[in-house]
Amino acid sequence: MTATLNPRSANERREPATQPVRVGSGPLLSAATADLAEHHRRNGPMPWQDAAVRLIGVLETAGLTGRGGAGFPMWRKLASVGMAERTVVIGNAAEGEPGSAKDRTLLIHGPHLVLDGLQLAAEAVGAAEVYLYVGAGPAEQSARRALAERAATGWDRLPVTVVTAPDTFVSGEESAVVAAVEGRAALPRDRTVRVAERGVRGRPTLVQNVETLAHLALIARHGPHWFRQRGTAEEPGTFLATLGGAVPAPGVYEAAYGDRLDALLAQAGGPREPVRAVLVGGYHGAWVPGAELSRARMSRESLRPYGASPGAGVVIALPGSACGLTETARITSYLAEQSAGQCGPCVNGLPAMADALTRLAQGDRRPELVAWVERLTTLTEGRGACRHPDGTVRLVRSGLRVFSDEVRLHLSSRCTVIRPNENAPAQNRAGQNRSAQVPPEQGRGA
Amino acid sequence: MAEQVLHIDWTRCAGRGSCVELLPELLDRDPWGYPLARDGSREPVIPEHLVAHARRAAGYCPVLALKLRAPA
Amino acid sequence: MTDALWYLGRGSGVIALTMLTLVVALGIATRSGRVVAGQPRFVLTAVHRSASLLSVVFLVIHVGTLLFDPYAELSLVNLVVPFTSTYRPLWVGLGAAALDLLAALVITSLLRDRIGPRIWRAVHWAAYVCWPVALAHGLGSGSDGGQLWFRVFAGVCSAVVAGCLIWRLSGRFTENRRVPTASPVRTVRRNSTLEAGR
Repeated sequence: MTATLNPRSANERREPATQPVRVGSGPLLSAATADLAEHHRRNGPMPWQDAAVRLIGVLETAGLTGRGGAGFPMWRKLASVGMAERTVVIGNAAEGEPGSAKDRTLLIHGPHLVLDGLQLAAEAVGAAEVYLYVGAGPAEQSARRALAERAATGWDRLPVTVVTAPDTFVSGEESAVVAAVEGRAALPRDRTVRVAERGVRGRPTLVQNVETLAHLALIARHGPHWFRQRGTAEEPGTFLATLGGAVPAPGVYEAAYGDRLDALLAQAGGPREPVRAVLVGGYHGAWVPGAELSRARMSRESLRPYGASPGAGVVIALPGSACGLTETARITSYLAEQSAGQCGPCVNGLPAMADALTRLAQGDRRPELVAWVERLTTLTEGRGACRHPDGTVRLVRSGLRVFSDEVRLHLSSRCTVIRPNENAPAQNRAGQNRSAQVPPEQGRGA
Repeated sequence: MAEQVLHIDWTRCAGRGSCVELLPELLDRDPWGYPLARDGSREPVIPEHLVAHARRAAGYCPVLALKLRAPA
Repeated sequence: MTDALWYLGRGSGVIALTMLTLVVALGIATRSGRVVAGQPRFVLTAVHRSASLLSVVFLVIHVGTLLFDPYAELSLVNLVVPFTSTYRPLWVGLGAAALDLLAALVITSLLRDRIGPRIWRAVHWAAYVCWPVALAHGLGSGSDGGQLWFRVFAGVCSAVVAGCLIWRLSGRFTENRRVPTASPVRTVRRNSTLEAGR
């Protein structure tokens, strides 16, 4: 059976994972514990700062950036939210990215680090309202248990409201988070003002990924220089990586920025077979060719030539026995299904891209399909209320680039992989596409 | 006069096309009817001589999806 | 003199109804988002708006002259609160109702930027109530209501609106495009990359 990345379609129901997620070790993960007493023993008491400016200064020195994907410096976010009693703080554990498991793993294994960070962030902006946004399941239950423990012992200064995040791809988007906390549907909204200025009910809001908050909890205790011991000068610290695909021990591991991709995958046992490519940054990320694994590093600079970035630490190995074009088509189909459905270019453009890529993957030999996909990427990019189309375009362009050989083979009715029997039409013969439907609007106007 | 850009609220836009008629210098129409900035930017800059036309376009949008604002 | 007022009142009423019929037709044309009769979309919108304001002008003349007509004995209250007049309370009342609805339509439209598209749209549906109410008022309360020419005129107006309604409800009303509506939140199974053996 060909190993695939296999995003499920929207019609499939939830199933429990067949195997618990492996968890590695590192400065963050070894400090993580679900028991409050143990947390106190390992990490000491709550490091209240008592002066907002102090924390912002510490964070600036530490260089902590967001671990949710955007990588924005946390000290700057805190500064732009400012200090006022009407501010709101939200810990974001929605983790809509299917390839990522780090946030829920962190909440299960180390909720107290996350919750410490949440309290400290709230202290820094003088917030009175604090929320934790998390999907239903073991992570949420763990968080609630930890919150109850902390309330009983008076560990927290501020109560935390848990808000349930729906299990969708876009639920973790900043404006969707704000909408959910306000009680509306967790869909991105049009914004002319940053959430830091006007968020929940018009108030300055800090939305921070839970892993970032966990790092914050340790930096407040051990200082910025401790944090800078790992990582690079430009990108300090460690991060949680979710390693998956063709590795024997998929799971959540801790790594440092600047680590080489092959060293990273070695933590999960190294690839089981030669790797065709690695998806870095999740479904909105980009492919790095297998040949580059010993050269490419998990850092912005190293990944930039591939159109990738570390993102939220998702690294998925695509084995040599899988077809990169087919995988790209599948992921694009998933992303198209996961559109919030609010914006015309996304609602129309993403399914069109997915459709064209799927046709290419399944044997449609018309070369104009490639040009059509490229045109669609131009039409879709930057046109929507959120960055869902942009991220999808990034993946598609990367797929066409890295798997260009594959595309060429498909256009001559071949593939480097013997494809399993998909629900595809009969194999093509002599270049006749099976469907009489040319992709609509192919080069023609409305 | 401070520079202004055209902001499209994509969650409201239904691609009706009045804006494209009133601001053809800045906007084209994509294959599905939605406004497409000719310069390819998210929020096209409105040259001063077109500001009045842009305001008219915003006023004629049937779903109030257009807004003029200062660049972010 | 009072005769002149009376004729002015009835005449302006007929014109107002004609204008309202035009406004409804143009409103539906605007909603289609199409180029109609060679006219760009913004032109349809602009004429729809101008015509509605013109309707208001004729309506004001219509209502104003009748206010001062001693025969009808209408007070200001009768004009805005439906069914309170002593003279033909039902039919005049319908006129007052149409006036109220039109006021709501026009005022919300003028304040569109402030109230936002959702509230504006909700109120604007009242246009489909306003027009038939105005027509009924014309047929019932006008002294010309029974006359042949008025009935023909009313028939033509009705045919125009009916035709537009059929168009409105037809499948080819808007340009054939997939318009986004926010989808209900879907729950999707998490990706299985982390399962062993895959």
